[in-house]
Amino acid sequence: MKFGLLVSEGPYTHQASDSAYQFAVAAIAKGHEVQRVFFYHDGVNNATRLTEPPQDDRHIVNRWSALAAQHKVDLVVCVAAALRRGIKEEVLAPGFRISGLGQLVDSGIKADRLVTFGD
Amino acid sequence: MKKFMFVNRKAPYGTIYALESLEVVLITATFDQDVSLVFMDDGVYELAKGQQTKDIGIKNFSPSYRALEGYDVEKLYVDADSLTARGLSEKDLLVPVEVLDSAQMAELMAQQDVVLSF
Repeated sequence: MKFGLLVSEGPYTHQASDSAYQFAVAAIAKGHEVQRVFFYHDGVNNATRLTEPPQDDRHIVNRWSALAAQHKVDLVVCVAAALRRGIKEEVLAPGFRISGLGQLVDSGIKADRLVTFGD
Repeated sequence: MKKFMFVNRKAPYGTIYALESLEVVLITATFDQDVSLVFMDDGVYELAKGQQTKDIGIKNFSPSYRALEGYDVEKLYVDADSLTARGLSEKDLLVPVEVLDSAQMAELMAQQDVVLSF
């Protein structure tokens, strides 16, 4: 099955990003495709390479980047939501790209299931 | 064409969900999809007439709901229990809506391809 994911909350404060990541890993392991992960609302804060958690904690941003590198998952950050929150090209972690909300709609159209991770 | 439903459950101010939901709705409308909007829980306040936001320093975006018709977004549904629980009725709302009970709402949701909740 082809999945599209929507992440609506920022990292660490909310579990949404962790759950979305774990869902993506599990889906890929079962042979499904994760067509795209779209980051909206405070979810855009998952994309900044300035993130530096304590060393004994998971690195949510790097984890997404690694997933993109290993499995060609398209990580898309909403441009309007990102600019509002100070997320720009120059702070993007590897594997992320900034684009429009049309990419979320496109996921809804092309994926068999669009799954939301938020509060 | 797919059936997209946007479920609005939050008050218009206090969080950004309502405003950013509206942004997704307007984009989706340009993709020639079947779009419907649901307002339930505190989301019914998004459609309330007479919103005054000057004192909180946040833009009143409620007139945008009136513009939806221009984007061919005309399917607006409101949860009956959410309205009555807040002392509101259809005449308190900015735009024409269809008021549905829980069973009707559930049936409508079951018909959708994509449901996004904000």
